[in-house]
Amino acid sequence: MSDPKSEWPLWEVFIRSKQGLEHKHCGSLHATDAQQALRMARDVYTRRQEGVSIWVVPSAAIAASAPESKDSYFEPMADKIYRHPTFYVLPDEVGHM
Amino acid sequence: MDSQGEPTMERAQQIEYLLRLADSPLVLAHRLSQWCGHGPVLEEDLALANISLDLLGQARLLYQHAAALAGGDASEDRYAYFRDVPEFGNFTMLELPNSGVASAGAGDPDYAFTIVRNAMYAAWQVELWQRLTDSSDAQLAAIAAKSLKEARYHLEHAADWMIRFGDGTDESHARAQRALDSLVPYASEWFVPDALDAEACAAGVGIDCAAIRSPWLERMHTIAGEATLRWPGDSEFCSTGKLGRHSEHLGYLLTEMQSVARAHPDAAW
Repeated sequence: MSDPKSEWPLWEVFIRSKQGLEHKHCGSLHATDAQQALRMARDVYTRRQEGVSIWVVPSAAIAASAPESKDSYFEPMADKIYRHPTFYVLPDEVGHM
Repeated sequence: MDSQGEPTMERAQQIEYLLRLADSPLVLAHRLSQWCGHGPVLEEDLALANISLDLLGQARLLYQHAAALAGGDASEDRYAYFRDVPEFGNFTMLELPNSGVASAGAGDPDYAFTIVRNAMYAAWQVELWQRLTDSSDAQLAAIAAKSLKEARYHLEHAADWMIRFGDGTDESHARAQRALDSLVPYASEWFVPDALDAEACAAGVGIDCAAIRSPWLERMHTIAGEATLRWPGDSEFCSTGKLGRHSEHLGYLLTEMQSVARAHPDAAW
């Protein structure tokens, strides 16, 4: 019997943990189509009440930065601490930031 | 329970009715738990474990309610682990091995058989729990409201797969059709009331089980139609699990399920 995993496309799963928060990437799974991926995401990733909303995205649809471009992409930011809003006191009412 | 909400049903009968309602989800939960670690893919392995735990949760709530009515040393564990085959009132279909009817328990587990059985039972549960939300037994009505949401998901899961199997490859279609052909006769007892069903229905505690046959059939015909499966013709066969007369498979199932509790009676965990 052939391995079904090799035939089913990969999906990335994003879960919103509660209203007002953004969807966060939480993992991936194999499924034959979007509806099945949603159902499986429900079973695999929301078993402990982690979510109120699920997105699934075909992994193939994601364009990713290359690991070898890490130096040119991200290192230049290391010495620019003035870009962090750490010099301000955030009021409590602002909440998630 | 206050006098207004008191169902006009003998307490012993009410307890028996609750146990009958509880035994079916317990037994199917055990059958589904046997897939754990053996599912066709990881995602389905988890889905079946979730469904199994939902059913176990339903059984526990019903056993706890029955134990509270019974008083004394009655408890969910005593009901689940210390009763024997003739005292179980689960439907025969749910105790059948995962390998199917013809395998006599010896074959490999068949996912089509599990899926078709789950679809049929979940569709029945949806009708059951919908109606029991109006039960005169307030606790049972609350359990029904909680369980209805679970049953709807179980049906969605199983119907989705049943359609994929039926409308899939020649092999998956043949397996789904074989499962449907062998399982449908076992659904007959779900809709044939005995004295206890009639009493529970008259008291407003239980449902009219004959009345849910037609909405159940309609739902199943729709799913089978979409799955391009042929609905089998009527059969004379009517199983007797809810009356305590079971197939040979329940004894083996209980022996395994009850072994730990019986080896260590009164152990706490």
